[in-house]
Amino acid sequence: MSASPLIEISDLRIRFHGDDGRVTHAVDSVDLSVANGATLGLVGESGCGKSVTSLAIMGLLPKQTTEISGAIRFDGFDLLKTPDQTLRDLRGNRLAMIFQEPMTSLNPSFTIGDQIIETILRHRGGSRRSARDRAIELLRRVHIPSPERRIDEYPHKLSGGMRQRVMIAMALACDPQLLIADEPTTALDVTLQAQILELMRELKAASGAAIILITHDLGVVAEVCDEVAVMYAGEIVERAPVDELFSAPQHPYTVGLLGSIPRLDHRAEQLATIEGMVPNMAQPPAGCRFAARCPFVLNDCTRAPPPLVEVSPGHLSRCIRAPLERLVS
Amino acid sequence: MALLEVNGLVKHFVAQRSLFGRALAHVKAVDGVSFSLEAGKTLALVGESGCGKSTVSRLVLRLIEPDAGTVRFDSRDLLALDADALRKFRREAQIIFQDPYASLNPRMTVGQILTEPLALHDLVPSAQRRERVAEILRLVGLEPRLARRYPHEFSGGQRQRIAIARALAVEPKLIICDEPVSALDVSIRSQILNLLRELQDRLGLAYIFVSHDLAVVKHIADRVAVMNLGQIVEEADVDELFAEPRHPYSRALLSAIPLPQPHARRAKIVLQGEIPSALNPPAGCRFHTRCPFVIDRCRTEAPALVADGAGHATACHRVSELPPADTILPVAAGFTPELAKLVAAFSRKTEGAAPAGVGIQSARPTPT
Repeated sequence: MSASPLIEISDLRIRFHGDDGRVTHAVDSVDLSVANGATLGLVGESGCGKSVTSLAIMGLLPKQTTEISGAIRFDGFDLLKTPDQTLRDLRGNRLAMIFQEPMTSLNPSFTIGDQIIETILRHRGGSRRSARDRAIELLRRVHIPSPERRIDEYPHKLSGGMRQRVMIAMALACDPQLLIADEPTTALDVTLQAQILELMRELKAASGAAIILITHDLGVVAEVCDEVAVMYAGEIVERAPVDELFSAPQHPYTVGLLGSIPRLDHRAEQLATIEGMVPNMAQPPAGCRFAARCPFVLNDCTRAPPPLVEVSPGHLSRCIRAPLERLVS
Repeated sequence: MALLEVNGLVKHFVAQRSLFGRALAHVKAVDGVSFSLEAGKTLALVGESGCGKSTVSRLVLRLIEPDAGTVRFDSRDLLALDADALRKFRREAQIIFQDPYASLNPRMTVGQILTEPLALHDLVPSAQRRERVAEILRLVGLEPRLARRYPHEFSGGQRQRIAIARALAVEPKLIICDEPVSALDVSIRSQILNLLRELQDRLGLAYIFVSHDLAVVKHIADRVAVMNLGQIVEEADVDELFAEPRHPYSRALLSAIPLPQPHARRAKIVLQGEIPSALNPPAGCRFHTRCPFVIDRCRTEAPALVADGAGHATACHRVSELPPADTILPVAAGFTPELAKLVAAFSRKTEGAAPAGVGIQSARPTPT
């Protein structure tokens, strides 16, 4: 990690207030930072808070029902305290996001050209003519064939893979410094997923943007990320360089995840299973949130929330039993 | 004697009609598919969206009627069955769907959902049905007291267990699993996969496992058929297919899967272009528009599915000239000994479980 990260999240907490007065702790004391040109993978299962974290960065959470505290520093701004007008200038310009579902994130009643051009005109100004040229150029960059013709088509005419390319082109329209990709390939077939991942690698090399990639697929993480943060029940439970996370994970949850995926590279007679369920986030447990499902649990685990400690340089784990190697040697 | 024999199955859907109802365009969803399945074994149908794998699974159950071909189940011709005989057949073959949220009736309790097939086929005298429901629930690792609850009170993985329980209620010989774990989180997915395998071992079930995920298929299948645009392009025993994939399409699928292995050194075949539409499949070999090894012959002449002596069948003109597949295969890489021991700690709990309780002990519903 370089000395001055592009984005730095510190002690982010997000609570949702439900209609019935219930308070859900969606994200708790999350610290993250991403350097220029790096790709951070944010991994976890449904409901772990990974998408909510990304929406908080973009300032897209509903203000009335959400309580956010902490700080998100991006290039001199604290995004949580930035006025809406400034945020609108940043979004789509220096901060961009790609969503999972390319069908619902494009407006069906405008051509894809209109939608890309709108972004360019909003942030860069200039003539419509030059914005159109840039849009064609962008579509070419994401390998859409005959972009001069495609630019005037409506989203419904495009296949899923094509739509995701258009979304990427739109996100890149103003050369963002930070790109957040929320499960960008989950809705696609594997062959298309391979194309999109290839494209993301290409674009990263060309533009030097930082990427936060949100996914549940550890295979995708291994392919494109430099660093990984694993989230469980609203907290980061482990953070490590990608090689270390896969070779020597230091949180039991990460171990369970790695053991539970069927793999092409070796065959397990039986897959690991993580018994039990995610805790109810209206009343998170007092101690370690994974304790109830952890095979290595001790009495101490349930007493106080474990801190995120550095096990080896750059490798952090929220487990009092780390380093885990000593449990089995 | 195979449990299921499918021969030359064809299904074309009408995509567009003229003003007078004449069919103008057809989607060739399934175009000449043949395979067989032994009792107690698992055949996986693999392919991308729109390749016809789900249509095949519905044709096999006669949920939709084929345009041509034969399906023989336990040496009976399925397509010749009348309504009454078809109802009896439904006892022997069941299906589990992808979305456990959409496939359970929200207005019925789990008990009612599981009693219905028992009553419909008149399997168990009504006095003993409650007991039988409890037994089935235990079989899939849920507590019998949960029979009084409604589907919305369960998590996705638990609902999939209920769907499996419903399929098991009639004691079938064959269960079609149509992407049964695609909608589930990874840790839940492994529970369901383990459960399906344990049930197969214990009850001698045969599965047709429809999936797009080759890693899952490698884990669960005995035999694999790879489909592209309504046709099988390669069929082989699972170890054989993953050790020596022959068809360029199978190789591309295999190499496209991201491995949970950073810096894994293997060549990738990234297919260029889009999946052609089944509305107007390409002439000749249906894969030729995306195939890196295409020659002129592929554009005009459709290759036949030809099996070698070992039962590994491939539909490709150039199968004997293709380069070896070694470079795209994943390098075998196990866990380090320490990590393997740590992972084993997560499997231990289920091993010692009582025969009645497969998998999870904590069958608590989600707090509402």
